[in-house]
Amino acid sequence: MNVAIAKPVRHARTSAVGVLIEVVKYTLLIGLAFSFFVPFLWMISSALKDDPQIYTVPPIWLPSPMHPENFINGWTKFNFTKFAANSIVRYAIPSTILVTLSSAVVAYGFSRLRWHGRDLLFGLCLATIMIPFQVVMVPLFITFKTLGWLNSYMPLVIPGIFGSPWFIFMLRQFFLTIPEELSDAARIDGAGEIGILFRIVLPLARPALIVVALFQFLGAWNDYLGPLLYINKEDLFPLALGIGILRRMTGETGTTALVYPYLMAVSTIITVPIIIAYFLAQRRFIEGITTTGMKG
Amino acid sequence: MATAPARTRPGHLARREALIGYVFISPWLIGFLVFLAGPILASLGLSFTQYKPGQIPIWVGLANYVRMFGDELFYLSLSVTTKYTLISVPLGLAIALGLALLLNQKVPGQRFFRTVFYVPSLISGVAMAIVFAWIFNSRFGILNYLLSFLKLDGPNWLSDPDFTLSAFVLMSLWGVGSTVVIFIAALQGVPVALYEAASLDGAVGWRRFIHITLPMISPVVLFAAITGVIGTFQTFAVSYIMTSGGPANASLFYLLYLYKNAFNWFEMGYASALAWFLFLIILICTGLLLRTSDLWVHYEGLGKK
Repeated sequence: MNVAIAKPVRHARTSAVGVLIEVVKYTLLIGLAFSFFVPFLWMISSALKDDPQIYTVPPIWLPSPMHPENFINGWTKFNFTKFAANSIVRYAIPSTILVTLSSAVVAYGFSRLRWHGRDLLFGLCLATIMIPFQVVMVPLFITFKTLGWLNSYMPLVIPGIFGSPWFIFMLRQFFLTIPEELSDAARIDGAGEIGILFRIVLPLARPALIVVALFQFLGAWNDYLGPLLYINKEDLFPLALGIGILRRMTGETGTTALVYPYLMAVSTIITVPIIIAYFLAQRRFIEGITTTGMKG
Repeated sequence: MATAPARTRPGHLARREALIGYVFISPWLIGFLVFLAGPILASLGLSFTQYKPGQIPIWVGLANYVRMFGDELFYLSLSVTTKYTLISVPLGLAIALGLALLLNQKVPGQRFFRTVFYVPSLISGVAMAIVFAWIFNSRFGILNYLLSFLKLDGPNWLSDPDFTLSAFVLMSLWGVGSTVVIFIAALQGVPVALYEAASLDGAVGWRRFIHITLPMISPVVLFAAITGVIGTFQTFAVSYIMTSGGPANASLFYLLYLYKNAFNWFEMGYASALAWFLFLIILICTGLLLRTSDLWVHYEGLGKK
């Protein structure tokens, strides 16, 4: 009864104050969305300018004429095709395969098998998420140097064999949702644990595996400190270091090259795959970070 | 349904499963010992030495730590990082929460807005630093141009020591999207029944937010805060690329100082002492996190163990 009376009153409020609130809300959302979008617009707009255009005050959004050739000239100014190939073939792909596979194996041990001490060790694994790689950067560098791994992708790829605590955590949470009865049925049929992992659990966990693979791929694609530590031959540079060579030219006086437009053009090309990856697996991304609180 | 709980299994089966369990987790365990525990101890050892690559470490006892506490740049880098943390983390949380509240209501175009806010958080490191360096350019950049509409005279963001850190804070806000997504999930997890009960008691709007929404999502906020703090203590690439610590060391983040000691000046022993100090800071943060973990970790499947 009370509710029935209260309702029309609230509707009356909605029509008056409510509309104002809606307007404020949308103005706020659109304004904020615009400010999040501006860096992209600015990057692409700057990439299409030539030297006088880019140094025009006030700035122009739509240069006329446009200079789309900056994308090609910037890309070929240095051997960015080589850098991209290094990023993908030498770094991102092998490390993604290794990390995803071994994190899945470890997550299986932490979720689908029952054994004494499991939860204690899993707690330890979780705790290590919080320890940044930089804490052990110096001894690891010395180790890899001693092994003769400098100027190779070994220091960046090989540790992937040991999985990554974030991904182990994420996959474990997912594995726990797969009904135990499926494994038990397979065990009765004589399947071993490896068989259960590969034939039953992994096919069902595809969405989680995709998220892990995407995050690792992006991590490798964006990684700067790792390559900076271990790679100093230009031939071996990944994109992150390659674009640094272009960046350093902005500090040089008397350079006639279109440094800023080129920088923006190459940055655009580096950013596009990330955006494509997001749209390919939008739902998975959102699910992935909401189940674990992981940040991209 | 009729699965036998672990404790009633025959002993040898349990032992076999334990063995298999260890085999499955062994990659992580070995990685933990070789790539984390070992290096942390090695780092501790190195922190008591003077060590340049290619030379034999010389034992110097506590000298590195003594030097650290008399080192102006150490205090400066610590204060730059702390200041940055204290501003960017709470500000980022507040903005993320505001955005999450706006997006949590059934607004048309919710997916579009979520995408616009989330995608920037995926673009970290180099490309972001390069684009923002150009955005912050005091003469030709877009930020000061936009500020001029508000009749504001934009500063020399990256060359005026008083404004450099503000520039970094602004840039960090561009990446709040992942926190927004986490907060939206948390907001959707608040039981509707609570809101219904509250509206019967006459609590609406602001009071509803303070008394129901905020307490219910506080564990998630705490989690985001602590991972945020750990994240800001790891700030490196952006400062290395945009300012390499300058001007006048105004953006000398802790990690950048550590890196410079180790790899520019080859003071590996001193860098190890700095790393250990960072490790202690992180340990304190982790300790806080674990102490409160039953509040925020949701083990949906724990009943199955």
